[in-house]
Amino acid sequence: MIYLDNSATTKPHPEVVKSFHHVSERFFPNPSSIHQLGGEAEQLLIAAKGQAAELLDVQQSEVIFTSGGTEGNNLAIKGIALQYRQRGKHIIISEVEHPSVYEACQSLEELGFEITYLPVNQDGKVSINDVEASIREDTILISIMHVNNETGTIQPIEAIGSIARRYPKLFFHVDAVQGFGKVPLQIQNWGIDLCTISGHKLHGMKGTGLLYVRDGIKLFPLFHGGQQENGKRAGTENLPGIISLVKAMRLIKEREMSDSDKLQALGQALRCGLDKLHTVRINTPQNGAAPHIMNFSVPGFKPEVIIHALGEKDIFISTKSACSSKRMNGSRILEAAGLSEVLSRSALRVSMSYDTTIDEVNAFLRAIETAIYQLKDVMR
Amino acid sequence: METIYLDHAATTPIDPAVIEAMLPLMSDVFGNPSSVHSYGRKARQSLDEARRTIAQRIHAHEKEVTFTSGGTEADNLALIGTALANKDRGKHIITTVQEHHATLHTAEYLEREGFEVTYLPVDENGVIKVEDVREALTAETILVSVMYVNNETGTIQPIQEIGDLLKEHQAYFHTDAVQAFGLLEIDVKKMGIDLLTATAHKINGPKGIGLLYAGKHVKLQPLAYGGEQERKRRPGTENVANVVGFQKAVELRTNKEAEYRNLYQAYKELFIQTLQEEGIAFEVNGKLENTIPSIINISFPHMNVESLLVNFDLNGVAASSGSACTAGSIEPSHVLVAMYGANNERTKNAVRFSFGSANTKENVKEAAERVAGIVKRMMKNR
Repeated sequence: MIYLDNSATTKPHPEVVKSFHHVSERFFPNPSSIHQLGGEAEQLLIAAKGQAAELLDVQQSEVIFTSGGTEGNNLAIKGIALQYRQRGKHIIISEVEHPSVYEACQSLEELGFEITYLPVNQDGKVSINDVEASIREDTILISIMHVNNETGTIQPIEAIGSIARRYPKLFFHVDAVQGFGKVPLQIQNWGIDLCTISGHKLHGMKGTGLLYVRDGIKLFPLFHGGQQENGKRAGTENLPGIISLVKAMRLIKEREMSDSDKLQALGQALRCGLDKLHTVRINTPQNGAAPHIMNFSVPGFKPEVIIHALGEKDIFISTKSACSSKRMNGSRILEAAGLSEVLSRSALRVSMSYDTTIDEVNAFLRAIETAIYQLKDVMR
Repeated sequence: METIYLDHAATTPIDPAVIEAMLPLMSDVFGNPSSVHSYGRKARQSLDEARRTIAQRIHAHEKEVTFTSGGTEADNLALIGTALANKDRGKHIITTVQEHHATLHTAEYLEREGFEVTYLPVDENGVIKVEDVREALTAETILVSVMYVNNETGTIQPIQEIGDLLKEHQAYFHTDAVQAFGLLEIDVKKMGIDLLTATAHKINGPKGIGLLYAGKHVKLQPLAYGGEQERKRRPGTENVANVVGFQKAVELRTNKEAEYRNLYQAYKELFIQTLQEEGIAFEVNGKLENTIPSIINISFPHMNVESLLVNFDLNGVAASSGSACTAGSIEPSHVLVAMYGANNERTKNAVRFSFGSANTKENVKEAAERVAGIVKRMMKNR
């Protein structure tokens, strides 16, 4: 089995599963309970928060555990919008944000917020000048993703952060779900106010994630109820999930230190191999993209057919993001980058992990070449 | 000294069989259910099967079950989701003064958003009157939210009767069944329930997973936006392992509700009997016959809840003052205040003991003996 759909979800690391298992058995009580058993669970929760903060180089009080990336993005966007709506009702995002940012903002439009959707260039990148030019007196939030989930394009977060810093009335949110552990990001130094991370994209478990919220920022809660997570996120803490998330974060950070070059080399090998196939057009830019994602189109071929043909050989890739895979039309992301409908409708995505090997990449390249050759007569 | 856990209403130990059921979803079947390849499809199958199994337990259709991150999220989705989606039909909501904070604080938020909320009182037994619901209903009422079993006193509310009453009214009927699910039989169709909240970690399942049942006819606006998961009612990659763990926890209790009730009832009676034999003064809050077997709320006259809990804890009895979600600060319980009034001594000397899988007859008796011993000592030192 060759699994090349790591942007959809990753296989939990055995150590992560072990953490989950151990905490489930050993620390079941509710951290909010005041008895000693609850106290032990609470101590563990605090320690986990401290470790997560250390890995992100932020303060412990700035970490909010969530049920995943979608909740994190919604909490950040709706939380800021509803809390600070007296200040202004203008929000800036890009055309290529994940649906959990894009549609959260669309829902705010119904509440009278105005959203600026920044265009991207052919590499899928927003322009810093556009960001600056669209800031208004009533802008309260800029939300730009770190690494695009379909193309791997890296956005100029550091530069946007330094612009955002000059406007003290607005907040800067970064959806770092696809980039964490693969592409460097400095929350503190780059002026990021809120940052979303999801566990299952980094070999953690589904249903885990965190939102970084800079100290002093208030968030209107998505869920009302108990006072958990500094009053920012009600509900009994999923302690086994939380501990397993922190474990996954630590492990991927270690891989980032040790295996970045390897992943980079795999990305290059993949690009070279795809480049040689004349029917293939690569959509992920050569420069300024994450090493693990490669988006390409095979014009004239239905992507589902290629996916199926590869699946027969136990190789798993995807079309676009899993969250929008039910949409039969083209990719919003690729269309925003100016791709024709033909290219956008025939796009495929390979997404690797640190465990991907060069043999797997080569096997994939052979398989897709064969598939294209064999399907050619059927499809055309 | 071994600590005896009497706080199952706060959370329960996860059953080893539940963990076992979850592990394959973290190794072999780890795919994203939305992925079109076979890894995704296998995960989707697990998800669908779990949804069917759990839906059957409450006599719902599988399409009517939305998985959430837990009870709090489900309560929020039920209230905010129906209020915002149905405000063209009216802006009046009825709930009770003794709901869980996930419901109460959400209702308060909706008040700030321009909805009108009626908070029904409870009698001294902690039960709401169906008659009060009838009187509070107006042509503008769009939602009635009444918890099935109160989490502090264990009092069972007249859900069937409210459901019957509302069959003739436009208002949806939501019940927070977090403490009832898995112990009391629930038939949403027969009981006229339109929305129902349940959570896995109260029935020996994993934390971080719950559900909202919402009948096909219910108009619901999501809390969060993004992917198309859960029929767009709850976007985000489905937590398949937790859902399967939830399924296992439900299966372990399937057709065993009566068995569990009898067992926990025996624990409860043994606990009371032991306290009586020890000759200490205590009063049961709520009408014993009308409480769920797993929960008992007891006041100890002349005592103070904080020192009681501290001493119980030091002597290896883990109990609580009320809901864990509010336990951080021991304010007088809003539930007991609703029953007895703010100045009643019972609101300041009540402890909740809740029974479950960590108990045996022996440790329940032992816990009661420890409790009695502590109370006697504290009485003497008063």
